[in-house]
Amino acid sequence: MGKTTFVGAVSEINPLRTEAVMTSASAGIDDLTHTGDKTTTTVAMDFGRITLDQDLILYLFGTPGQDRFWFMWDDLVRGAIGAVVLVDTRRLADCFPAVDYFENSGLPFVIALNGFDGHQPYTPDEVREALQIGPDTPILTTDARHRADAKSALITLVEHALMARLR
Amino acid sequence: MATPTGGHPYNGDQRVPGEHGDNRFGFPAASGGQGPGQYQPYQQQEHQQQGAPGGPGSEWPQQQPGAGWPQQPQQRHDTSQQPRIQPVQQRRAPEPAKPAAHNPLVRPYAMTGGRTRPRYQLAIEALVSTTADPARLQGQLPEHQRICRLCIEIKSVAEVSALLSIPLGVARILVADLAEAGLVAIHQPGGDEAAGGQPDVTLLERVLSGLRKL
Repeated sequence: MGKTTFVGAVSEINPLRTEAVMTSASAGIDDLTHTGDKTTTTVAMDFGRITLDQDLILYLFGTPGQDRFWFMWDDLVRGAIGAVVLVDTRRLADCFPAVDYFENSGLPFVIALNGFDGHQPYTPDEVREALQIGPDTPILTTDARHRADAKSALITLVEHALMARLR
Repeated sequence: MATPTGGHPYNGDQRVPGEHGDNRFGFPAASGGQGPGQYQPYQQQEHQQQGAPGGPGSEWPQQQPGAGWPQQPQQRHDTSQQPRIQPVQQRRAPEPAKPAAHNPLVRPYAMTGGRTRPRYQLAIEALVSTTADPARLQGQLPEHQRICRLCIEIKSVAEVSALLSIPLGVARILVADLAEAGLVAIHQPGGDEAAGGQPDVTLLERVLSGLRKL
């Protein structure tokens, strides 16, 4: 929820879309983007780019959060700095697979509560309790539409990743 | 299943007229009604070379539904020429080609000769820059030419896929082909080998500093 908005808020280019093709093993349980062919499903992935320095470009990739998209995450976590798990506070449970995945993969992640229309029904502490997230993982509130919020979430993530490396 | 079956076997000895010597990856016969070596997509290649690139794939003839193409046989390659590119680490499940109905112009994996895995595992954010002299692009596959023209200004593999409307898996294969032929340079993202390829502390600090300055 709000991935493309989040990427677009900080990207220097309009978010681009690329497609990955799902394999038959995972296509069977996908009913949203089913193409009619029993063996293939195409999944869109949006991404943006931030040039941080003359020789330093940061790429942001937004992928769906359901666990049937793990095959894309496996690809993205290699060499990645970390992940922002963007949570729609109306549907907290939707982020369980992503949280499980990143906890198991060891990739640093932060949880960003993206309130619908800027409204935040829960505090980070309440969400931490509900999701059983350890005290080390940052949880912040964000409005994915605002550049400052998205930038702040990225800074929190990189700080967290740096702390994890130095620990 | 990686590719549909039923097409004519690919004949590795067939060459497209005018094809560059470095480019060994010709198209297999696209429709069942043609013999090996009848490279349908090439029939309009001159359009491409006359400098009028249309939309993505628009110059390509329609693929006949149900026509298959066989897997291209493994061909030799010299890994020592590309020390910056990591060899493929693991065999991934092959990605099936998209149904023709969703891409009426040409099936994506027709561009790769039916191959579904690149020779090298390119990171999605690996950067691609064209090193070839424009004169060398003559006679290359149309898709290879488009990538080379795009990457005169450095682009990531993801951008190549998005900007040319090529599925990611196909873009990886085509870019790896170009790197092998020496037409583009690949800049794979670094990483701390000791930490399983994670970015090293210096890089993280630079990213953090860069983000704060935004």
